[in-house]
Amino acid sequence: MARVHGSKIKKPWTRILGENLAEIGATVATGDWKTKVSCLILGFGPIMRGQVAKGLIFLLLEVAFIAYMAGFGAEYLSKFSTLGTVATQKVGRKTVYGDNSFLILLFGILTIIIIALFILVWRMNLRENYVEEKLLKEGKHLPANRKFLASFLDENFDKTLLALPCLGIFVFTVLPIIFMICVAFTNYDKNHQSPTNLFTWVGLANFRSLFSFGSNGFGSTFLTVLLWTLIWAFFATFIDYFLGLAVALLINKKGIKFKKLWRTILVLTIAVPQFVSLLYIMKMFGNDGIVNGYLMKWGWISSPIPFWTNPTLAKVMIVVINIWVGIPYMMLIATGLLMNIPEDLYESARMDGANPVQMFFKITLPYMLFVTGPFLLTSFTGNLNNFNVIYLLTQGRPQSVKLTGNAGYTDLLVTWLYKMTVNDTNYKMAAVIGIMVFLVTAVVSLVVYNMLPSVKDEEGFQ
Amino acid sequence: MKEKNTGSMSRNRAISNFFAYIVLVLISIIWLFPFFGLIMQSFRSYKSEYGGMVDYIVPKRFSLDNYRFLFTKETNFTQWYLNTVIIAVAVAILQTIIVLCVSYALSRMRFKGRELLMRFWLILGMFPGFLTMICLYFLLKQLGLTQAGAVPGLILVNVASCGMGYYVCKGYFDTIPKALDEAARIDGATRAQIFIQMIIPLSKPIVIYTALVAFMAPWCDYIFASYVAFGHDKSYNVAVAMTRWVWTNDYQGYFTRFCAGGILVAVPVTILFMCLQKYYVEGVTGGAVKG
Repeated sequence: MARVHGSKIKKPWTRILGENLAEIGATVATGDWKTKVSCLILGFGPIMRGQVAKGLIFLLLEVAFIAYMAGFGAEYLSKFSTLGTVATQKVGRKTVYGDNSFLILLFGILTIIIIALFILVWRMNLRENYVEEKLLKEGKHLPANRKFLASFLDENFDKTLLALPCLGIFVFTVLPIIFMICVAFTNYDKNHQSPTNLFTWVGLANFRSLFSFGSNGFGSTFLTVLLWTLIWAFFATFIDYFLGLAVALLINKKGIKFKKLWRTILVLTIAVPQFVSLLYIMKMFGNDGIVNGYLMKWGWISSPIPFWTNPTLAKVMIVVINIWVGIPYMMLIATGLLMNIPEDLYESARMDGANPVQMFFKITLPYMLFVTGPFLLTSFTGNLNNFNVIYLLTQGRPQSVKLTGNAGYTDLLVTWLYKMTVNDTNYKMAAVIGIMVFLVTAVVSLVVYNMLPSVKDEEGFQ
Repeated sequence: MKEKNTGSMSRNRAISNFFAYIVLVLISIIWLFPFFGLIMQSFRSYKSEYGGMVDYIVPKRFSLDNYRFLFTKETNFTQWYLNTVIIAVAVAILQTIIVLCVSYALSRMRFKGRELLMRFWLILGMFPGFLTMICLYFLLKQLGLTQAGAVPGLILVNVASCGMGYYVCKGYFDTIPKALDEAARIDGATRAQIFIQMIIPLSKPIVIYTALVAFMAPWCDYIFASYVAFGHDKSYNVAVAMTRWVWTNDYQGYFTRFCAGGILVAVPVTILFMCLQKYYVEGVTGGAVKG
């Protein structure tokens, strides 16, 4: 996990802005005519001073920006505040398409970001002019073009490495997330599907409906699902953690043979794709599945046990089956870490007459909790969003009329979100729930992260 | 005193080990049972016996009908399988390259905005992945990469954002001494040369781990794959296509065919995983400690 030290004294952003503005002013006021032209024609200064490669990059960016705004961006940006006013109509037998709210929202956001980026480019362009003038005044030479290009394989190699990944993350993660956050403040749902219908901004109405407890409100359902999500994540994380640790200790026990065999058997769960194993297990416990079949054949029960249709039983089943999924991971991790515990710790404890139980609680467990703190946190947040186990086993069922928005009793926030998107096309509420998932994850991460012993006290076990 | 104790201690140990073996055998049975059932049911013919749910495990007569069915013209199973293999291989290669690049930059280079970038990605990672599904679908549709083009579309989506998953790999790079880099730089090597000729060869375990994890993930990808390929049978992957079989009505008898297909999917993936298990363990253990 990224650890960021607050050792550097942070300047307030207003001061950074002020300093930047002052430098821009000074550069323009005292700069030569090349610099002044550069304010309008980006890269003009560098090109005139022989920095052709740098200058051309700036110039190209400006041309691209103007082309984008003229052909595309300005139009969408102007409709951004209303998300479109011209509805799609049927004129005779022809459909005349009006504004497409979806596109306006998406490209409106994109345009705003591009404008911000362009301002940044413009600032860099001015800084470049400033630096070049300063160097020339001092009588130094400017670096050659070839050297500038070669720097992208050396001291600027980070830019080469990160360019593509950052672009991918921007287009396929950042932009969609901003889009969906905006959707949470609109009325985009099945009655307002673009391109046939317009949708528009509605302020906080969706959040109000999430917290309204009337008959139509999502309030009670949201609380039910949220509570189950937290309970599930808690059990799924800690039961698996301790049982996995126990199994690892069992296999590591002195005198146990075929250690590799036992491990391999457990690791099969990780190796076999979950959709195969979990779907099979889901069927196994079905009303006509093998488990009920055998129990009835042996006469232990007269009617099938409703593993998946009784809400409480379904929840228990999910937690239990998740043990089957989760123990092997923990076993693998614990096996590696247990070997790192210095043997002389145990040796001296034995000298002092400690029994194995005491040694476990005084040495093994504190050490493991210390070392695996970050793992516990990531697996907790992972379980909050554990889509596969829930969806493959129950799809969130059993459903109930008491719950709104098609939620079921085993739905997590994420599976509920998925159902709303795919089955109900209730995008606005899906977006609201997505924001809630983010808030829950962020709060849990922040609180727990600062409590972790390995964060508070890095030297603890060294 | 020591000698006197050893006798009773070894007897104690023998007893406790006996119980340990019992527990281990029980665990093994529980863990293996679903796989045993899966294999057995895959041999129960949907033609001559029954393809739905029954109350016995061992089929009355072993038959290969289910497997034969998978390779007939009635189903696109081979196509689904091929799709999944293509996606998995492409994602494994591209994702490994990207993760290595990002990890190297973040581990070795100190540039403006580095900490900001890492913090920003950490926060981005807290948003649920499906939140952005409709938007991604739209973007892919603009590029013509849905339905018929779902396979390249899925590769693109999987690879595009994978740079955020650099933690384990960066953690590994951090353990490679920086003195090596500095020595090479004094000898006149550029950053790019150090990365390609020195760091990558030193990082074989983490390269294999990254590729293995990236290769395994698409085999289970149900959510997004079903959304992107919706309604276009030929571009389904195995998870999407065969999940439908499980959710059909029981009398249609697709359950045993699902089992057979599941075996064909699971066997190669499992063998690959078992061969590279060592690297996997190294990766998850390192990742668990460093987060």
